Amino acid sequence: MKKIEAIIQPFKFDDVKEAMKAIGIDGMTVSEVRGHGRQKGHKEVYRGQEYEVDLLPKVKLEMVIPDGRLEEVIATLTRSARTGKIGDGKLFVYEVAAAVRIRNDDRGESAL
Amino acid sequence: MLLVSAAAMAQTSQDAGARLAALENSVKSAQSAGDNSWMLISSALVLMMTGPGLALFYGGLVRKKNVLGTMMQSFILMGLVTVIWAVVGYSLVFSEGSPFVGGLRYLFLNGVGAAPNPDYAATIPQQTFMVYQLMFAIITPALISGAFAERMKFSAMLLFMTLWSFLVYFPMAHMVWGKGGFLNASLGGSVPCFDFAGGTVVHITSGVSALVCALYLGRRKGYPHEPMKPHNLVLSVIGACLLWVGWFGFNAGSALAASALATSAFVATHFAAASAALGWTLAEWIRTGKPSVLGAISGCVAGLVAITPASGFVKPFPALLIGFAAGVVCYFMVTKVKSLFSYDDSLDAFGVHGAGGTLGAILTGVFATSLVNDSFRDSAGRVLALGAVDGHGGQVLNQLIGTAIAWGLAIVGTLVILKVCDMILGVRVEPGDETEGLDLSMHGEEAYNLES
Repeated sequence: MKKIEAIIQPFKFDDVKEAMKAIGIDGMTVSEVRGHGRQKGHKEVYRGQEYEVDLLPKVKLEMVIPDGRLEEVIATLTRSARTGKIGDGKLFVYEVAAAVRIRNDDRGESAL
Repeated sequence: MLLVSAAAMAQTSQDAGARLAALENSVKSAQSAGDNSWMLISSALVLMMTGPGLALFYGGLVRKKNVLGTMMQSFILMGLVTVIWAVVGYSLVFSEGSPFVGGLRYLFLNGVGAAPNPDYAATIPQQTFMVYQLMFAIITPALISGAFAERMKFSAMLLFMTLWSFLVYFPMAHMVWGKGGFLNASLGGSVPCFDFAGGTVVHITSGVSALVCALYLGRRKGYPHEPMKPHNLVLSVIGACLLWVGWFGFNAGSALAASALATSAFVATHFAAASAALGWTLAEWIRTGKPSVLGAISGCVAGLVAITPASGFVKPFPALLIGFAAGVVCYFMVTKVKSLFSYDDSLDAFGVHGAGGTLGAILTGVFATSLVNDSFRDSAGRVLALGAVDGHGGQVLNQLIGTAIAWGLAIVGTLVILKVCDMILGVRVEPGDETEGLDLSMHGEEAYNLES
């Protein structure tokens, strides 16, 4: 099994979620994060005090998928998250040692 | 026949006399009911300015870890100052004593009841007047908290506020509003200073004290290179709007009656707030290219501060001018001047209240006119000229004297009090507590437990 961690633009999240649902991937964990790669931030001014804000809001998706579906999921995810501009984000793949369904002790791919 | 009709006529005129007296009484009590209801509403409006107005305005401007501590600094004064006022504060301001502080005639509010005190307000119970003035005594020290936000010890703040009320507020309020006060324009002051609702008493004293506190306590850890952005400007916008509405009680209520003068003050107040918001917004838009919401609400408060002493003395269009000037001047105080001298007046209590109050107090001497306020008479009953527009330019000098006294009292009083508090309790929080945030270190609470 593989874990996919994808950092994407917040406004692309709905597109990605719908695309995942369309190919039958229902389980994911979503968190709101801040970060940046090469994307520049923006300037904020409060009563004359200037702040360079270079930690930008992003959305992080985590999902664990069967090995056989890896390329399909990567392709679907990148296609639905892409705008073509700097700041689109990145996707990482990790090995998963085990997966367990808490409700009934199912293990392995049947737990996904 | 004649005897009978003479008796009948006497009876009729007696009836008419009694009915006339009854009618006069009911007119008086209707006026009194109108005045009293307006004054009770005004009192509620002014309290609302402290809680939640100021609490929200300041609370939104600080970092998340300090929001509760900041709000508490306003809220707790609603309790503390009330008790002090009831016991001795009202007496020290409004009973006769010396030109600089009152006496103990109204200790424990002795004699303060339903009967009016004609020296101050002839148509409302003295108790109404007392409770209205209490709300001013509450908000004035609360304003200072903007300067020492995020770094003052709670216990020291309580002691500071108590001593400040006695040493600075009560004397200043007595001088301007108390009978026999040195600066009292209506009740025999040597230097008649026009301060309708508290430009000197409330804003200059608190604003200048704020500057002293900011300088004495020093800058926040990490200031100015560490970002300290307002954590929730939504709260600040709500707070500013509550301040704007509440200010109608603050200024128009200072007419102490539901009168045409109250209306005039209401209009002047609103106009100044409006033009000041525009003034600050315009100045900022030109200088930085983006008009901020924080700027707009700061501007409106600056205008409200500046119009406070002038509200019952100026016409609507001078009010627009005063507001606009305050918006622009305070914008520069808060951005250019503060960064020039790099003092950490965290929430700009000096930049807005100290500077705005000083500007307003002086402009009152310019624009005060008997066409708005004809209550000042000479011994022959003739209406007196008020400000420069009336031909009495010398009033500006009186305003400067009042302003100087407020500045001096605030500086000296605050320095002494800070020293005393520092020696007894220590005024600044420990660095570890400051980093952790006042909410946890002073109050053992977190403001937002959103995961629960």
